[in-house]
Amino acid sequence: MFEAELAAERGSFALRARFAAPTPGVIALFGPSGAGKSTLVNAIAGLIPATGHVRLDGTTWLDSATGTCLPAQRRRIGYVFQDARLFPHLDVAGNLGYGERRAPPAPRIAVRDEIIALLGLGPLLARRVHALSGGERQRVALGRALLAQPRLLLLDEPLAAIDAARRGEVLPYLESLRDRFAIPMLYVSHQYEEVLRLATHVLLLAAGGVLASGTPSELSLDPRLRALVGGDLVGAVLEVEVGAVDPATGLSSVAVGQGRLRLPLAGARLGARLRLHVLARDVILATAPPQGLSVRNALEGTLAELVNEGPDEALAIVDVDGSRLIARITRAAVEELRLQPGRRVWTLVKAASLRGHVFTRATPREAGLAPP
Amino acid sequence: MFSAAETEALRVSLVVATGSVLVSLPLAVGVAWLLVRGRFAGRTLLDAFVHLPLVLPPVVVGYLLLVLFGVRGPLGGWLHATFGIRLAFTTAGAALATAVMSFPLMVRAIRLSLEGVHPGLEEAACTLGAGPLDRFVSITLPLMAPGILAGAVTAFAAGLGEFGAVITFASNIPGETRTLPLALYTAIQSPDGDRAAARLAALSLGLGLAGLVGAEWLARRLRARLGP
Repeated sequence: MFEAELAAERGSFALRARFAAPTPGVIALFGPSGAGKSTLVNAIAGLIPATGHVRLDGTTWLDSATGTCLPAQRRRIGYVFQDARLFPHLDVAGNLGYGERRAPPAPRIAVRDEIIALLGLGPLLARRVHALSGGERQRVALGRALLAQPRLLLLDEPLAAIDAARRGEVLPYLESLRDRFAIPMLYVSHQYEEVLRLATHVLLLAAGGVLASGTPSELSLDPRLRALVGGDLVGAVLEVEVGAVDPATGLSSVAVGQGRLRLPLAGARLGARLRLHVLARDVILATAPPQGLSVRNALEGTLAELVNEGPDEALAIVDVDGSRLIARITRAAVEELRLQPGRRVWTLVKAASLRGHVFTRATPREAGLAPP
Repeated sequence: MFSAAETEALRVSLVVATGSVLVSLPLAVGVAWLLVRGRFAGRTLLDAFVHLPLVLPPVVVGYLLLVLFGVRGPLGGWLHATFGIRLAFTTAGAALATAVMSFPLMVRAIRLSLEGVHPGLEEAACTLGAGPLDRFVSITLPLMAPGILAGAVTAFAAGLGEFGAVITFASNIPGETRTLPLALYTAIQSPDGDRAAARLAALSLGLGLAGLVGAEWLARRLRARLGP
């Protein structure tokens, strides 16, 4: 368990954050620019003065009540900065060794050769850091932080300084770290897609405080998260397992309540754990079992809630045996179909619309998905 | 090519300039650090104080040193009584006077390089387990190296030519405190010293030029090593 209650001042900005999240896992700090994400991680790392308490699995780093405040260099927090902050007077190997030399000799979770192999750093070792690309820099920064044998890994928008095309070079590495090591990670981002790919727990930050806290699934139904991610990314997040694979059609099916969804995932492994982001704009509602449609996925459920969005649209939240889906429909359709909470409905999800919105909870190899 | 007296002056100049650089370098690094990273009330005052030798007539600096470090002065008296060290009218005194005069130049160069060190790198070192002194030695100091080198070489070159403060505080003793400029001055004063004066002037010119070119070359090599 990672618990923090922190108060810090940065000029006119005040941070008042309080949360608890399970460990190990990836805790995403998600929020708009200026929400206080970096201030919060700096306070946790001990780089800026703060009051309150910070505890990780029984170790206390800060407790103002008892006057405990461990200096940053003794907290053993691996910090990967937005701008990598590699040491320019050392080569890649020197950077990797910096924290490793200063870490306690035992126990060692991250072994040098393994980290080098995992992050693909072998060919870079003798390079000077200013000759590296943005993605390479962040991989070196990750390796450097890991070799310091951290108890917690802080990642402050590690992909923000890398152009969109190159982010795909680093994300799979982050996924494999999450799956390979039991080091808790705190991942700061304002990219919802990164959060969905990596997070096991999400903290929603705004105006220096924690607005909401929960699993990605729980928060996908939270109106405050919806307001933040914006129209096109609104959608339910489902945690599912591959229940059957049909090599002939290239479709894998996963159970959602009593029903099942078929996904275009060639070669997925049975039992692989997946996370689906079912975009609200891709979901269709029907008031009768659909017939004669090309859509393969129809889940029967109960309309739980209708939320008006703007003058013309509404979000329909449908309960499918405990799992929830969101559909974006027009207010005209609500009127015509006389939709109201409690009504029996069928949610239709086009399999092809899920392409690119399926994330793995295990390593890409295990789930049978090629990394992008 | 050069007379014994002239080589002697060259030797004294080199000893005095080297000594002054060695004495003032650690202090200059400390002061530069205080001026860039320090957060204290008297920072502006310290800044002004460090730069005083640039605007004061060198003779005034020499005179103040004589008052402070003379055998009867408060600091000089104590040094003499406790350690038996005499600074006024000695080679060590000449080095002290030279160090004070070139101190602002050295601090300026080092300060500039420290301002170029991103504090975020020290933060990164901190999260990797390095304490304050460790961070300074393993990160800050190597990154400041070009500035420290430039400061040292500039101060050394300037120190070879220091005149007013040296002659006031340490006098003009052959083999002790008679540096190149003092020897040059003595030669000009003597009726048949024209040729000697010209040779000494040429020597000073050559040394100064070599120093500046050497400094630039070294700084370039270091910068290339540190990258853009």
